[in-house]
Amino acid sequence: MIALLERLRSGEVLVGDGALGTLLMTRGLRPGAAPEALNLSHPETLEEIARLYLEAGADLVTTNSFGGSPARLRRYGLEDRTEEINRAAVLAVRRAVGDRAYVSASIGSSGHLLKPYGDGDPGEIAAGYERQIRALAAAGADLVCIETMTDLAEAVLAVRAARAVAPALPVMATMTFERTRRGFFTVMGASIEQAVHGLTEAGADILGSNCGNGSAVMGEIAREFRARTDRPIAIQPNAGLPEPRGGTIVYPETPEFMAENAKALVKLGVAIVGGCCGTTPEHVRALRDAVG
Amino acid sequence: MNILSEIGESLQRGEDDRVGALVRQALEQRCEPHRILNEGLIAGMDVVGEQFRLREIFLPDVLLAARAMYTGLDLLRPLLARDGVPTAGRVVLGSVHGDLHDIGKNLVSIMLKGAGFDVMDLGNDVPAERFVDAAREHGASVIGLSALLTTTMPVMKEVVELVRARGLAGRVRVIVGGAPVSEAWAREIGADAHGYDAANAVERVRALVAARG
Ligand code: B1M
Repeated sequence: MIALLERLRSGEVLVGDGALGTLLMTRGLRPGAAPEALNLSHPETLEEIARLYLEAGADLVTTNSFGGSPARLRRYGLEDRTEEINRAAVLAVRRAVGDRAYVSASIGSSGHLLKPYGDGDPGEIAAGYERQIRALAAAGADLVCIETMTDLAEAVLAVRAARAVAPALPVMATMTFERTRRGFFTVMGASIEQAVHGLTEAGADILGSNCGNGSAVMGEIAREFRARTDRPIAIQPNAGLPEPRGGTIVYPETPEFMAENAKALVKLGVAIVGGCCGTTPEHVRALRDAVG
Repeated sequence: MNILSEIGESLQRGEDDRVGALVRQALEQRCEPHRILNEGLIAGMDVVGEQFRLREIFLPDVLLAARAMYTGLDLLRPLLARDGVPTAGRVVLGSVHGDLHDIGKNLVSIMLKGAGFDVMDLGNDVPAERFVDAAREHGASVIGLSALLTTTMPVMKEVVELVRARGLAGRVRVIVGGAPVSEAWAREIGADAHGYDAANAVERVRALVAARG
């Protein structure tokens, strides 16, 4: 398989996958249970979902390891199984995609706000990320995907951890922004400019945004990233913002709607277009068709 | 500057030690505890809430202000109780099952306590039955539910249905809140009220208690 960064440098646009959590819920994940425990109990479910995204045309397929840091697993008494859980996450996707797609190793927030705002100790959180990433890399992940970050300091800890323990793997780091009157910021107060600076400095190869916004607003975010960095940009919107309907929650953006906006993202020079909450294999198929 | 507005402004800057010192100073000057609370701490926190809603400030500022609020509140609570300020009502509060987000819920809790409500905080990840059991056991007239995840919002509906199934509808009112929760959602699931921020939650809870009589 050609190296990811080489393909992006040559100007190729790649397609990411869509939501995982919602598909897991329709396959029996109970709210409140650890999604990552399924890597051990139901690896075939993860393999099946990875195959759906591969068949829909995804070039990058994400592992079920978003909450696989020891700090997160501790909440479920699974900290001791960090290595097993992360290894199983990679292997399930690999079995499904072989070398037809990159296995993108998902890393999420530690679940602790850093001191002085919460009880998170930066040293401990960094060590936890290193432990998780070591396991993901050893199992054969193709890239590290640090996502849905709102605290730049924590995102930087994760990027540095990846650089330290898996220096051969490309690192993608994406944060979640909100539109305010003064421009885009994460809820913790990081601007796009600060994110670009901090993540680049820490050693991220691919920068961008996921979650928090639909595909139209993501166009504005992408434009701001483009104005500030030459690195490849990854954009993975939600299928719009959730709306209540009939006592459940519906994400309103159709695959066709997202695909139209994806064309605009590609025009802006975005290198990786995928989906986040509310997106499905149908959305990814539409993105694939739009991106070409 | 008036010491009460000084307390409010110090709270907005998240200076917990200074807020503590100023509250003590105000008490020494024989300022009434409920005025320190309302015109100092709560007034300051209202500004913080509004600035956060407009994203003029961000979550770290809110967290530091909340800590300062706690510092002040801890000093005042025994005095308020001694003054025999009657409780405004009893509220059972928590983040719903599956939801570990509790920052917003904690702010609501602080503001309700500040407004004189007797708040029973069940914490986060609270199953539907626990809310209803707690409300019944402790004679609370309001259940407050917080959810920050679209995947946990449906638990709110379970609580509303359980309140009805147990025949508590009308006696126990349900208010819902949290970033993804809207007035429309509250209506859809049959909740009695929605609060868009902590100050608004206090207003809505007051109205619920008043309506119950
Ligand atoms: C009873 O009546 C009432 C009335 C009013 C009420 C009320 C009740 N409750 C609240 N209110 C209202 O008053 C408050 C004061 O004004 C307001 O409360 P809020 O809670 O809205 O506001 C707070 C003051 C500040 N806001 C917050 O505290 C939430 C901030 C963000 C950044 C956030 C945080 C901090 C956290 N998170 Co999480 N987190 C996000 C949030 C992103 C964002 N931009 O908002 C959100 C909510 N998280 C999300 C997710 C997905 C998750 N989080 C998770 C974990 C965490 C942390 C543990 C790291 C941390 C929580 C720490 C804690 N102790 O609470 C995971 C889930 C854990 C779980 N099972 O609950 C995880 C699944 C994974 C992840 N992305 O990290 C997203 C939810 C997507 C969705 N809509 O479903 C999210 C929007 C981030 C994003 N992707 O953009 C009002 O809503």
